[in-house]
Amino acid sequence: MNGPTATVERIGRIVLENVEELGRILLLFLSALSWMVRPPLKLHHILKQMEFVGVKSIFVVVLTGTFTGMVMALQGYHGFRMFAAESLVGSTVALGMTRELGPVLTSLMVTARAGSAMAAELGTMRVTEQIDALAVMAVNPVKHLIVPRLIAGVLMVPLLTVVSDFMGILGGYFVGVHILNINSGAFMKNIFKYVTLGDIYNGLAKAACFGLLMSLIGCYKGFNTRGGAEGVGRATTEAVVLASISILVSDYILTAIMF
Amino acid sequence: MIQLVDIHKSFGKQKVLDGLNLTVEEGKTTVIIGRSGGGKSVLLKHIIGLIRPDRGQVLVDGEDITLLNDKDLNEVRKKFGMLFQEAALFDSMNVAENVAFPLREHTKMSNEEIMDIVRNRLNAVGLSDVEEKMPSELSGGMRKRVGLARALAMQPQIILFDEPTTGLDPVMTEAINQLIIETQRAFNLTCVVISHDIQSVFEIGHRVAMLYEGRIIEYGTPEEVRASRNPVMVQFLAGSIEGPIQIL
Repeated sequence: MNGPTATVERIGRIVLENVEELGRILLLFLSALSWMVRPPLKLHHILKQMEFVGVKSIFVVVLTGTFTGMVMALQGYHGFRMFAAESLVGSTVALGMTRELGPVLTSLMVTARAGSAMAAELGTMRVTEQIDALAVMAVNPVKHLIVPRLIAGVLMVPLLTVVSDFMGILGGYFVGVHILNINSGAFMKNIFKYVTLGDIYNGLAKAACFGLLMSLIGCYKGFNTRGGAEGVGRATTEAVVLASISILVSDYILTAIMF
Repeated sequence: MIQLVDIHKSFGKQKVLDGLNLTVEEGKTTVIIGRSGGGKSVLLKHIIGLIRPDRGQVLVDGEDITLLNDKDLNEVRKKFGMLFQEAALFDSMNVAENVAFPLREHTKMSNEEIMDIVRNRLNAVGLSDVEEKMPSELSGGMRKRVGLARALAMQPQIILFDEPTTGLDPVMTEAINQLIIETQRAFNLTCVVISHDIQSVFEIGHRVAMLYEGRIIEYGTPEEVRASRNPVMVQFLAGSIEGPIQIL
């Protein structure tokens, strides 16, 4: 077969594979939705996942949020100083955090921490036949394993984003007011003037979507792991890469729709 | 009674089961033998509905489970217990919680009642004082015993064993064989065992079925199978490299 034909064929195959995978992810999501509304939902499974995704991510989210807010204040200050508009640093940090950096950075950090762990844990359960064992014991694996993780992702990433937003603004305040000597009153006044509740809500809605993507992709990759330890490693890497890309791409689409 | 009727199953271009027919008699141990990678595990997974055939019927007590939805299939699965090759214990739970798992999922028993059953089943497989241990702290033989205790928890009528003695030393192999025999008698179980350990096959099996090229080519009592003149059977039992079975 000649070069161009082979190349087109290869591209076609890659496109087909990706469309197929997208379809399988969607089917898993629909299956999880249908199991989500069927009682009984085991609350302790959901709480356990919420603790894992949410509570155990607080430290890394606090750290990321704080330093992002601090560096934004620092960068913003140098720009705004040229126009003698240093007091706008506060509102810039707050808008940037609530609309964009809070949701995106939080979900990327949670993907690295919890999305990868979901893929690794479910992948190991798959290759050691623990998922088959669940099915054999008449327990639906989607309901038992995936539903609690999806609920935890959708609920906890927005809550972590609240923490990240708050810490970002606090970090920005510390750098702006205490290090760069911006007037504290002007800093705060501009935040209240320019940041609306809509900015915060839309940011949190984005975070919920990212939380769903993170947990859905982590679960999908883990659930469909093949091939022993190597397969688990591959599933984990693929989950983090695919979830991160999906978060960044969907961020653009959601931002275009919302703001 | 379990009947597999004209089962066909392919994965991609590879045909694994090709018009397979098998009847598993109630209250007896049927051992399925065959070469590695020959589709024995696939056959076992058809019996419990983990894999659906491309064509054919899987009848459990007269009901074709290939036609059932998830909910009805789960009801049928409550008749079954299964011991997986590596036991498939949940490594996030200790031994007691593993054995208690199906009871907690499907019954409304109190914790005391559940723990009584857990201790009873662990005793039945010859284990005590291991309730608090995690699966990673157990040896291969102990893990399989716990797996069997978990399979027995819901008092199933049928137990499927996927290579129960693979990877065990001769003493532990014999111990597990004895355990299968005793458990089958004590609980009057229908057992389906996959194995390629010839000595175990004749020790535990009331019926032996040989799977070759996607079909059952020999079926009968251990004595009948041992006396078979089918060249495939003769080569397999002798463990010879000369004969119709191709070495890939």
